[in-house]
Amino acid sequence: MRKVFGCALFLLHLATWMTTARSDLVISKVDRRIDLTSHIVRVLSTLKVENAGRVVVSEILLAIPNMQAKNLANLKAFYNEGKGKGSAINLPVTEVHPEGMPPELSFYSLSLHEGLEKGKSLTVNVLTIFTHSLQPFPEEISQSDVQLVVYQDSAYYLSPYEVKSQSLNVLLPGGRVESYTKHPSGKLVDSEIKYGPYEKLPPFSYSPIVLHFENNNPFVVAHELVREIEVSHWGSIQVTEHYNLAHKGATNKGGFSRLDYQSRSYMGGRSSLRQLIARLPPRAHSIYYRDDIGNISTSHLWGDSRKTQLEIEPRFPIFGGWRTSFTIGYGLPLQDFLFVSEGNRFLNITFGCPMDEVVIDDLIVKVVLPEGSKEVSVSVPFHTKQRHETKYSHLDIIGRPVVALEKNNVVPEHNTYFQVHYKFNNLSLLWEPLMLISGFLLLFVACIAYMHADMSISKSSASYIAKLQWDEVQATVQQVQNVIKRCLSAHEKLETSLQDLSRTGDVQSCKATRKIADGLLKELSKELKPLMGFLQSSPQAAQIWPKVEELVAKEKEMQEKLMQKHVAVVDCFEKKYSGREIENRVAPYQQKLSALKQEVDDLLDYIDEI
Amino acid sequence: MGAKTGSSPPVAPPPASSATALFPSINALKLKTKQQELLIRVSILALVYVLAFAIRLFSVLRYESMIHEFDPYFNYRTTLFLTEKGFYEFWNWFDSESWYPLGRIIGGTLYPGLMVTAALIYWTLHFLRFAVHIREVCVLTAPFFASNTTIVAYFFGKEIWDSGAGLVAAALIAICPGYISRSVAGSYDNEGVAIFALLLTFYLFVKAVNTGSLAWALASAFGYFYMVSAWGGYVFIINLVPLYVLVLLVTGRYSMRLYVAYNCMYVLGMLLAMQIRFVGFQHVQSGEHMAAMGVFFLLQVFYFLDWVKFTLNDPKLFYSFLRIALTCAISVGSLALGVGMATGYISPWTGRFYSLLDPTYAKDHIPIIASVSEHQPTAWSSFMFDFHILLFLFPAGLYFCFKRLSDATIFIVMYGLTSMYFAGVMVRLILVAAPAVCLISSIAVSATLKNLTMLIRAKNNATPMGSSKGTASLKASAKASSFDQPLPYQRNVAIALLLGAFYLLSRYAIHCTWVTSEAYSSPSIVLAARGAHGGRVIFDDYREAYFWLRKNTPADAKIMSWWDYGYQITAMGNRTVIVDNNTWNNTHIATVGRAMSSYEDEAYDIMKSLDVDYVLVVFGGVTGYSSDDINKFLWMVRIGGGVFPVIKEPEYLVNGEYRVDKGAAPKMLNCLMYKLSYYRFGEVTTEYGKPPGYDRARGVEIGNKDVKLEYLEEAFTTSNWIIRIYKVKPPKNRW
Repeated sequence: MRKVFGCALFLLHLATWMTTARSDLVISKVDRRIDLTSHIVRVLSTLKVENAGRVVVSEILLAIPNMQAKNLANLKAFYNEGKGKGSAINLPVTEVHPEGMPPELSFYSLSLHEGLEKGKSLTVNVLTIFTHSLQPFPEEISQSDVQLVVYQDSAYYLSPYEVKSQSLNVLLPGGRVESYTKHPSGKLVDSEIKYGPYEKLPPFSYSPIVLHFENNNPFVVAHELVREIEVSHWGSIQVTEHYNLAHKGATNKGGFSRLDYQSRSYMGGRSSLRQLIARLPPRAHSIYYRDDIGNISTSHLWGDSRKTQLEIEPRFPIFGGWRTSFTIGYGLPLQDFLFVSEGNRFLNITFGCPMDEVVIDDLIVKVVLPEGSKEVSVSVPFHTKQRHETKYSHLDIIGRPVVALEKNNVVPEHNTYFQVHYKFNNLSLLWEPLMLISGFLLLFVACIAYMHADMSISKSSASYIAKLQWDEVQATVQQVQNVIKRCLSAHEKLETSLQDLSRTGDVQSCKATRKIADGLLKELSKELKPLMGFLQSSPQAAQIWPKVEELVAKEKEMQEKLMQKHVAVVDCFEKKYSGREIENRVAPYQQKLSALKQEVDDLLDYIDEI
Repeated sequence: MGAKTGSSPPVAPPPASSATALFPSINALKLKTKQQELLIRVSILALVYVLAFAIRLFSVLRYESMIHEFDPYFNYRTTLFLTEKGFYEFWNWFDSESWYPLGRIIGGTLYPGLMVTAALIYWTLHFLRFAVHIREVCVLTAPFFASNTTIVAYFFGKEIWDSGAGLVAAALIAICPGYISRSVAGSYDNEGVAIFALLLTFYLFVKAVNTGSLAWALASAFGYFYMVSAWGGYVFIINLVPLYVLVLLVTGRYSMRLYVAYNCMYVLGMLLAMQIRFVGFQHVQSGEHMAAMGVFFLLQVFYFLDWVKFTLNDPKLFYSFLRIALTCAISVGSLALGVGMATGYISPWTGRFYSLLDPTYAKDHIPIIASVSEHQPTAWSSFMFDFHILLFLFPAGLYFCFKRLSDATIFIVMYGLTSMYFAGVMVRLILVAAPAVCLISSIAVSATLKNLTMLIRAKNNATPMGSSKGTASLKASAKASSFDQPLPYQRNVAIALLLGAFYLLSRYAIHCTWVTSEAYSSPSIVLAARGAHGGRVIFDDYREAYFWLRKNTPADAKIMSWWDYGYQITAMGNRTVIVDNNTWNNTHIATVGRAMSSYEDEAYDIMKSLDVDYVLVVFGGVTGYSSDDINKFLWMVRIGGGVFPVIKEPEYLVNGEYRVDKGAAPKMLNCLMYKLSYYRFGEVTTEYGKPPGYDRARGVEIGNKDVKLEYLEEAFTTSNWIIRIYKVKPPKNRW
């Protein structure tokens, strides 16, 4: 505390020493509103700037003490077009180092598009946001104490220009106000402290004020937040956010009592962080919330067509000085965020963290583009450090291009959209499925090759030769079976010809069929001969040989019977016997045939099973 | 056949002809019986494989993909280390986070099989470009190996009986609760891999004995090596196999095949096992491994005698030689053993081994073993719970085994009987018995079903109606008819019995599914209960506390807790612990037990001497969680008292009764554990209509409601009070 006061006094001294008007600009009116309701300090200054000089002025300088400037998270200046509620136009802001200015101040220049002509005036709103500017005092509190903080600023608007009239309002979160600087003319109304109005102050006027008040908000600071946005052209964007949170308010001392926390919820741990609310884009899906050691089951989700709201509770309440870390992740529909323009694709997605009132010391946004994306460029509305990386995920060969954007001191105001432009060939989409398919294909081909390859080491061993012979025997038996089957199908043809005969009475065609079948059967029996010869001679076939022989014999018998039957039936037809007569004549053959057929079938099955 | 003149309608021909055109193609597609059988067998096996994996995923569906229980956390932590730092770093790892201030040489005190397996799977997947997290690999390792076990069980069943029995064995073991209990997803423990290795080793050995092939014996030696690298239960193999060889010798089944199989397996297996640092030279130095060595030498003597008998060719001469040779061999053997024991080269049996043989040993001599719930003797109910119908099928299977005695069935019978005994001694060894019980039961099921279907099919075939297929049934009918002439209602009875068997087996399946989903899928880190409205309430207090430790204590803080939570604190809390689940140093554990059971000021001195910064206790008084530290407290007293006689168990009891209410012993009411558990609990109303300070876990109002802590302060208590962490205050200034 004392150090801070000292600094402020030094500044004051400096300011009085350097009272040189910078230019012809005069600020005719300043209204400042400092919002201290959360742990982020937001200062909105409305400046009415007048050009009292002769030349057109195209820039306005803003001065911020270095002490504050190091905590500056965002500086935005805008003016309203036209009177009343026109559209706000942002002014570009750059940090400058003008000569002859005190080194304890940082200067920012607002450049005006058209310049401010002589005698004209312009109303500019400047929003400055500071983080880590509320100091807890006392620095250590017990669980039931309230959290008191100290804020310091100047009662006067610090400006390199002369300020004609100004006022300052400080908005406090309510509750106890321990003390505040009453000089000059400070007064407390409700939970607001008013300073001013002050008239006609020279440039660099500075009057330190110190406010000591109650602020029970959890000072949620993420030391590091890594957001990974992974684009998949198969239809979704996967966002993963790794948080590393701490409560930067007054440090808890004297332990934590669950009893007090549970039973006296107002008394026990008012400044603790109980829950966080993340506002996710609509249609977010597959949301998860976990940490290094697993899923965290205390979260709730609401969603409608405009937003998805995720309410998460850390594993334990976070008191001052405590830390935690966790990961949330969600999927987003691709078409809501990825667009195509002029053959380029661009991703349009928010930059910052989706949670309220979280200060991020170090934010790293990584955009992981699909494998094969080219010509990647990023446009972010503010300055970030950029680098390119490669990430290997499922089925990646060359890796996915990653753009990493890093920014320090991020506040919710930074949660704006940014764009990543890249080129991507649609055909690359097929790369990974094709790779999978070819992988499996190779596996199967390898299996087939293995099954067909001869892996035995010794080609002359007895068992190996026996195996070869057995294979040969099996192949021969297979051939025999095939021949028998063809014979059987020839039999069937004969039978159908008989059926045809009974229907049409065409004896000639029936005879022709018999002739053909006869020829076929003869040929087949000729084919059978060498096979049988081999089987008989092979020692490996000794066991199977009798069955095969029997099969062939039975088949032969069947052939004969069938022929006889065929001849008999045709004969009968030629002699024009009645149906009953024919049936009577054929019956014995028929019986014999069906018995034979059964036997042949059984034999075939038996041989199959060997 | 074709004589029905003109009776067929005129529309019939076209379809008939098209049918004949189609027939050849269908015939070509039609598989042969053998191929059909193969297809059915392979698809059944594939389904069983998937089933074995899928049924173990209940825990992932009910909870999440997480590591379960206690030991798996250590395994997970070491696997993580292995994948991050590589094998050599892992092998040389000195872990200073456990057993403070002693530390632990991880590489030399663990079975690395599980970690190396998981890491290999992980590296393979990454090589194939599957960017999975190591946790997922670890969670799914046990189900994956359970699936592989079913395949081994199939081949084993095929080896000892037939492929039908193999299929039944695969199906039974896939869902056997006794096995599932240690292999659900997330149960990343040695047993998950070891049962696979155990069964594989046995299968390969039986195969080697059956074939006498050097290749199979070599394979079984490698199987044994894998088993040794994975689990301490390898001692079972190295004792069962020689016992089996001995039985074969005694029953006159000695053969060259056995000689080849055992010698190759023993010598190579021993040499390979010595490569595991934790096992080292135990195979030649420890009493537990001596049986194998004895049988090895016995086999040599046997072989030598056989050879002498062959060369001498004279029975009389041989017998006198036999007498001399045997006395020499026995005296040399016993002398060597005696000298080894006397000089201390051969270590005697360890207490753990004794406690396996004698169930009452641990209770009297090693309280630390007896204190573990999974080391208790098994109750009948848990046999029923874990085996269900297998318990009845087991004796039936034994009957079939004896009926068709062979080298292989003798093995499975011995495996079954010995493992059943061990399962009776310790609850956790049900796991070892499960494969044997499944295999033997599968023989019973398969043989019974086969007989019944034969009866039915035989009848079928006898009737001329059915176009019966295959000579198998023909033969069967022939066999059946030759066996006995059909009894009056034989077929109906057979159908009824088949239906009964089907009913029993389906009950088994239902029971297994129910047991898996209800009893064995809880990670025990996350507790689930039914809320007042029937909704599911989750108590995630363990992880809440461990994560608090991880994030909000100094990185070098030392945590004192009872040893059960040691692995979890190091793995999830990433903090140094005084004792953990690797209970190798009884004195250190006893010191912690002594601190917990002393008065606060005495405990403070002990804690200061151990550099303790935080004390963690588990307390179930608010939620009614019964396995908390107060219920374990008597074991702390017992173990502490075993080393430090100042701790006397009777001082904590009132008339031999353990109580925490007003009637409790004064020492109990003021010891550190009591104070830490019940600090400020007297102000809490836990249940409506009960006085404040009502302990729901024990159902009493506590006796000391005004607990004051002088040397410790409450640092953190989880939302359901299950874990309470206290900070040890720094010493007071003297002036």
